[in-house]
Amino acid sequence: MDINYVIGKFLLVTILFAISLVIAMYSTYAERKVAAFLQDRLGPDRAGPFGILQPLADGVKMFMKEEIVPTNASKWLFMIGPGLAMLCACIGTAVIPWGQDLTINGKAFPLQVTDINVGVLYIFGVVSLGVYGVMIGGWASNNKYSLLSAIRAASQNISYEVAMGLSIIALLVMTNTLSLKEIVAQQHGWHWNVLYQPLGFIIFMVCSFAETNRAPFDLPECETELIGGYHTEYSSMKLGFYLFAEYINMFVSSAVMATLYFGGYNYPGMDWVATLVSPNTAALLGTLVLFLKIFAFIFFFMWVRWTIPRFRYDQLMNLGWKTLIPLAIANIVITGIVIAVVNKF
Amino acid sequence: MGTSVFYFVATLSIVCSLLVIFSKNPVHSVLYLILTFFTFTVHYVLLNAQFLAVVNFIVYMGAIMVLFLFVLMLLNLNKENEPNKKALVKILGVIAGGCLIVTLVGSLKAVSINSPLVLQNPNLGLVKNLGKELFGTFMLPFELSSILLLTAMVGSVLLTKKEEI
Repeated sequence: MDINYVIGKFLLVTILFAISLVIAMYSTYAERKVAAFLQDRLGPDRAGPFGILQPLADGVKMFMKEEIVPTNASKWLFMIGPGLAMLCACIGTAVIPWGQDLTINGKAFPLQVTDINVGVLYIFGVVSLGVYGVMIGGWASNNKYSLLSAIRAASQNISYEVAMGLSIIALLVMTNTLSLKEIVAQQHGWHWNVLYQPLGFIIFMVCSFAETNRAPFDLPECETELIGGYHTEYSSMKLGFYLFAEYINMFVSSAVMATLYFGGYNYPGMDWVATLVSPNTAALLGTLVLFLKIFAFIFFFMWVRWTIPRFRYDQLMNLGWKTLIPLAIANIVITGIVIAVVNKF
Repeated sequence: MGTSVFYFVATLSIVCSLLVIFSKNPVHSVLYLILTFFTFTVHYVLLNAQFLAVVNFIVYMGAIMVLFLFVLMLLNLNKENEPNKKALVKILGVIAGGCLIVTLVGSLKAVSINSPLVLQNPNLGLVKNLGKELFGTFMLPFELSSILLLTAMVGSVLLTKKEEI
């Protein structure tokens, strides 16, 4: 094994972790600023210029708080819960291609941690594992409200995973591959999948809102019914981990949506930049474009949160099972027919 | 290196599956069972069956075990309300387990007599090859099993609606 290869991958993983953590940190700040903007307020503005140090202050506060473990809680599982939530949130970034290959000293260096040929399914695996953090935490707290909320979270995630999986099948039928690298490469320039799969994209987006437990699907932490939700008994940084994992999940699902449907690092005129300036500049510009797309999605997540009220539980289930799943199946059938017709002629 | 990884993961699977049986709390049992399934996923990866690995991960770890956990958490089982099993049931259980061991040992013995297993196509586990095989050679059994699953689905929907029929 090449030592440069190992160092390169190590650097890439470290940078990715740092980026996801920093983005998640500043998402909390952005969320408050966006909320303030939408409600005609100022938002946090005391810590540093424009309140830019607010996330640091929050982090310090979380660490300094007293840590309480309920007497009858299952001690180990109580600790494993938030850890698992954080782990599942962080490992999703491994298969996303962050840019075209960089050429350093004549060697190609891919900006992707690993290109497994079941990349899309890996993302699904990580998503489906994510629910254990919530379930274990909710059960281990030994609190009825936490348990109810954990069970809500589990049934919500399982229901929407089905629609999510079905919505993506139409995309896979079209692209003929499960590797995220190839899916992005096929969307070269402006041939973004969202132009061919608008319905699939909408279903996928609604499902990712539900999978990340974001409003309007934030029933697992519905405080009017369940006190605080699955993390009622949590305090200090354990609570912080749960809240933080939600923001990392938001970042990862924005990245997945940008990669699958909005062309990832592709942008119109990328060949032009590559020939006129240099391929490396074009690749780095592509990474920048990908992050701009991700930020746009994160803003959209926040916009929706402060605009649409929370669903009722039966509305949530009806939407998932009776609207999204039939729509996703119809989308598969239509895509199949169109592809068959196009291949025929 | 492959062999040592296999022995490590195999030991883990055995330890985890023993813990499933021996843990007192049913929720802990299910959590150990999830760990066992995870080690199975690693086994599939070692066998170069990526699709099977990731599907095992999604379906068994991500969906079925969540439902198991779901039910157990709601039931809130503990020692006091555990039903007392009769001696006859226990004896029958032992006999059934013994039969299973005999069958397993018998089948393993048959394997050891044959020549070592040679994989005709080591890339069979990749998605494309597996799909071609399933929808080509094994078309009929594949479709039949999907009908079986559909029947189960219809049946479970009917069970929830029994008062209307």
